[in-house]
Amino acid sequence: MEVKREKLRALSPVEGPEPAPDDLRVRQMRARDLLRDDLEGPALDEHVEQSVLTTNLEKLLNWGRANAMFPATFGLACCAIEMMSIVSPRYDIARFGAEAMRASPRQADFIILSGRVSIKMAPVVRRIYDQMLEPKWAIAMGACSSSGGMFANYAVVQGADKFMPVDIHVPGCPPRPEALIYGFNKLQRQILGNPDPGWRARYNAEGTEEWARFAGEPTSEQRDAYIQAREQVVRAEEPADA
Amino acid sequence: MPDAPGLELIAGELNEAHPETVLGTYHEHGQACLIIAPERNRDVLRWLRDEPAQEYSFLASVHGVDYLPAEPRFGVVYELLNMPRVERLRVRAALADPAASNGAGANGDQPLPQLPSVVDLFPTAEFQEREVYDFFGIVFEGHPDLRRILMPEDYVGWPQRRDFPVGGEAVIFTNTEREVPGWTR
Repeated sequence: MEVKREKLRALSPVEGPEPAPDDLRVRQMRARDLLRDDLEGPALDEHVEQSVLTTNLEKLLNWGRANAMFPATFGLACCAIEMMSIVSPRYDIARFGAEAMRASPRQADFIILSGRVSIKMAPVVRRIYDQMLEPKWAIAMGACSSSGGMFANYAVVQGADKFMPVDIHVPGCPPRPEALIYGFNKLQRQILGNPDPGWRARYNAEGTEEWARFAGEPTSEQRDAYIQAREQVVRAEEPADA
Repeated sequence: MPDAPGLELIAGELNEAHPETVLGTYHEHGQACLIIAPERNRDVLRWLRDEPAQEYSFLASVHGVDYLPAEPRFGVVYELLNMPRVERLRVRAALADPAASNGAGANGDQPLPQLPSVVDLFPTAEFQEREVYDFFGIVFEGHPDLRRILMPEDYVGWPQRRDFPVGGEAVIFTNTEREVPGWTR
């Protein structure tokens, strides 16, 4: 050790031109001095500033969780074809660390409900979700698992959140793989403790209106216009004799 | 495929062998159909299977139909096939709804229409009769294991009947939100 340190110091002489502060050899020597308790004063402050990041344990854990997610291999219907393609090189969810589809719910972090859930399948889905280890998340992919979609009939559950908690709903019939990856990115932000606000919060939406407002409180004129428009719809639908 | 005169010949021979089994016939789109009395379906199918001149030995399908405003309300349809001659014959048992007289709905403890099972004549009918029972609530007497096959065991109602509610849920849009009372954002 001692010999090596001498060698390094010889390579970067104290005399001569001042070495740049981010020079690799300078940093290495500083680290060694730090370990030997030789570093003091402003040199110590500078070294800490350059090489130490402070955080809390929860944030660190969540950062690790959000960037190494294992989805459960669970295809329900046609959406599963789109789900399979997100691991392909063309869409490549490995960029976000979720390419390892796990064949067992015990190893999975989140489940993608890719398709309609029939009432006979619902207990099975629920059991798989219950078998997953905490912490766990769920993405409802497509119209069917979010709301029943086109299957308004006797056999299909009208939305998967009737029987299990769902974190992210991805709209579409089926959603494109990009949309699913976007939904997964939203889930990542949720795991990091910084979830995106819903569209009503973002646009200060009133009721179920389908147009977006400018950010900020709606003006009284905008609110009046909305109420007036709604009353017109009510009047138009009332029977003529009323 | 028996043509229209051939169908009448079959109906005549059948009525000779088993009187008052065939209630009517029709021949449409090249398809021949015998309409039979439901309680005699075993006589008819056994005769069509075993009579040397007929030999409709393959039961391709059994299905139920609900003709709700019409009477009799239900039909159980047997699709028969003579494999050597590749001739198909449809046999329809016209079945009245026993619940119609007391005005009961589609669910609950109303009497169910019944007809004899043909599982011992055609073993393939076992699952198909279970399916008809599952969706139309038609009871096949003598079936070895008559229970639901596609819907869950605890399902209530007969979902393919015409008076079964469509189901589903209202979707809230701006123009429909006032129709959903108690809805809040």
